[in-house]
Amino acid sequence: MELRPILSTLRRHKTTSWLLILEIALTCAIVCNAVFMIGHRLQHMDMTTGIDEHALVQIQLAAIAPTPDIYARAREDLAVLRQVPGVQAVALTNQLPLGGTSSNASIKLDPAQREPTLSAGTYFGEDIPQTMGARLVAGRHLQPDEIVNADVVIKALAGGNTKGLPVAVTVITRALADRLWPGQNPLGKTIYLTAQVGVRVVGVLADLVRANAYNDTTAHYSVVLPLFMGAGKDQSYIIRTRPQVREAVLNAAVAALKKADPARVVTQQRTYDEVRGKFFANDRAMAGILVGVIVALLTVTALGIVGLASFWVGQRRRTIGVRRALGATRGDILRYFQTENFLIVSFGIMLGMVLAYGINLFLMMHYELPRLPAIYFPIGALVLWIIGQLAVLGPALRAAAVPPVVATRSV
Amino acid sequence: MFGYYLDLALRSLRRNRVLTALMVLAIAVGIGAAMTTLTVMHILSGNPLPGRSAQLFYAQVDGDPMPHGGNHREPPDMLDYQSATDLWTAHRADRQALIVDSQLKATAPQSNKPALMLTMLATTTDFFPMFAVPFQYGGAWTAQDDTQRARVAVISANLNDKLFGGENSVGRTLRLRDSDVRIVGVLKPWRPAPQFYTVAGGRFANGDTAGYFGRPEDVFVPFRSALEINDGAFQPFNCWGQPSAPGHLQNAPCNWIGLWVELGSHAKVAAYREFLDHYAQQQKALGRFQHAETRLRDLMGWLDFNHAVPRNARLQTWLAFAFLGICLFNTVGLLLAKFLRRAGEFGVRRALGASRRAVFAQCVAEAALIGFIGGVGGWLLSLLGLWLVRRQPTPYADLAHLDGGMFFLTFALAVVVSVLAGALPALRASRVPPALQLKVL
Repeated sequence: MELRPILSTLRRHKTTSWLLILEIALTCAIVCNAVFMIGHRLQHMDMTTGIDEHALVQIQLAAIAPTPDIYARAREDLAVLRQVPGVQAVALTNQLPLGGTSSNASIKLDPAQREPTLSAGTYFGEDIPQTMGARLVAGRHLQPDEIVNADVVIKALAGGNTKGLPVAVTVITRALADRLWPGQNPLGKTIYLTAQVGVRVVGVLADLVRANAYNDTTAHYSVVLPLFMGAGKDQSYIIRTRPQVREAVLNAAVAALKKADPARVVTQQRTYDEVRGKFFANDRAMAGILVGVIVALLTVTALGIVGLASFWVGQRRRTIGVRRALGATRGDILRYFQTENFLIVSFGIMLGMVLAYGINLFLMMHYELPRLPAIYFPIGALVLWIIGQLAVLGPALRAAAVPPVVATRSV
Repeated sequence: MFGYYLDLALRSLRRNRVLTALMVLAIAVGIGAAMTTLTVMHILSGNPLPGRSAQLFYAQVDGDPMPHGGNHREPPDMLDYQSATDLWTAHRADRQALIVDSQLKATAPQSNKPALMLTMLATTTDFFPMFAVPFQYGGAWTAQDDTQRARVAVISANLNDKLFGGENSVGRTLRLRDSDVRIVGVLKPWRPAPQFYTVAGGRFANGDTAGYFGRPEDVFVPFRSALEINDGAFQPFNCWGQPSAPGHLQNAPCNWIGLWVELGSHAKVAAYREFLDHYAQQQKALGRFQHAETRLRDLMGWLDFNHAVPRNARLQTWLAFAFLGICLFNTVGLLLAKFLRRAGEFGVRRALGASRRAVFAQCVAEAALIGFIGGVGGWLLSLLGLWLVRRQPTPYADLAHLDGGMFFLTFALAVVVSVLAGALPALRASRVPPALQLKVL
């Protein structure tokens, strides 16, 4: 196909061609970035938690009257829950992976350190990894005799007298261990949550995501501490059961807890899948909006191409007729318009890539997005080429249908 | 003349319906998307107290006595108990209010309604006049109630509807946890956006600040009374040590109280700043403070510091306007093609004596007409868009409504956008030389 006549035609319609090129460039830039942002959100939503999600349910209660002994209350509740048919394991926890409301601590490797090394999610309770199904990859789980009631620890820390406390141990996630001691064996190492008390690592979990997992890197930094919090409105009972019967088990468990102590209201009663769904609800909504924007943008651009191409075809009827009369086949005319569109879209894509890169730089500054991977450029180009060709097909076919006899008529 | 141009425009639009529909649709979709997000942004970034916000300030000092490194350039978002009460009892501002939220269970002993879990705001009497809180019945408690820890409360319209069926409940009793309080005031429906006076911690929220747009508390109780009533249920903002009793923060090494002050003039603001600095220096000299940094931001400054507008909403607005830009390019292209195709017609008009300006005006009138029809479509689409926003699971969903100003802005934006889009094509059309076109005909 000879390109020169096409280029010279485009040069004669400079303004219109430039408009179309700019429109395609803008579309290309925004679509590339929007697709990238969708990918980024989907990747975030795909976060692994390291636990057996479908098998878990959560119950949270608030006492109406003050509970005399919150530790006895919680122990009794746990015993009651173990009796409920279908319950495989149960634990009291201060937070849930992706639960939103979080408990965190600053971790130091040396008590004299001025600034903490990092912040990690802190799980307090007994049997938390076992109940949630977090896999142990090294060392051991926390033992029942290592569990301490929270008030003992709080009193000791507030009074500054930590002599009476049992030896503090912890189980941490592999991500945290790799970050704190890259390439070393974390077992037996000590971390400091306060300047007074060092905690020895006795086990490593494959994964246990923290409750406020907003950042993909720090999301997997968690520690489990042998602290028994007792019954309270911020604590949750987490129950492990079979996924098929979890709704029934959840209802039975709530009924059993109410029976054990009626002076309480249930503030939360849900499957773990709901917890996860709620955590990512915003991201899901945003991804949906981005998909809508992409579809709308591509549609508007396609319609713009259809409109302009139709006009050009109408404008050039006589010229087409002359070409046909001089021996050009229908295929020649069809290919002429297709090539013209290909050229315009290609110019638009070239400009759009530069613009996409610029927008990405802006987003990197303001929205903490990573750099746009190069793979998005050829994909974006391909999509726009296809859409351009589809949009121009109708007008081009109409052009090809112009009979040669038109050449003999005046306008 | 304008009527004639309009008539010409209508004829021209009718001549090529598909193209007209395309242009109108592009403008309508672009305007619809832009107006939906702009309305949401308008709600989210608006001033919750227009006219008063410049006199309201949020005071910060740094009560953390730990000698840390460079992390203390900015004081924490809330105050410890001693600093808060010291600053409040000094009464150096025109008005001052302490702020702390907590959850509790409430019942109305005289009604048989089930118990409710509510959020209670512990505050001081100046809160109501400071923030122009509207009363339906009764009024605020007195300054004496604040000092004497009176068992009184102000309740929201929502709670009054739930417990007392919307009647005048002033003088009736409400049981908050185990304490009976007397209702002294009932608010009118009040929904500031954001719920500015409890905003804090925005710099740690990772852009997810939709929670700032929730509803105000249902029950308001004098500060000291509330601390007694709901003892053990208070949550710290942050701590530098372990509180000795959970939920009881009066002597705890924690920040958990907000302080708002009203300052009527620049001189008073300067004086209050000096007072804060002086207080911090004095506390540092006493050894209670380690850092003498203070802040006194006005309301909008405080919201800005907390990035109160959710990041997603900003992103959506950027997207919508980029989208509108593309729709604009589209319309420019189509109008250009359309006008140039009618070069013959314009040539005849020019030859018959129409000035360039007249041809330009005719083309712009046609573009404006497209814009107006697009505006109607855009208005309908933004109603649809806002309906979709209201169905989203965000705390500000119920606020998403198009008000009168935004309604007119929709049409203004549509017409301005399409006149702009029409300007270049119209300019080209008006340059058509009369003779050349006549020759071809």
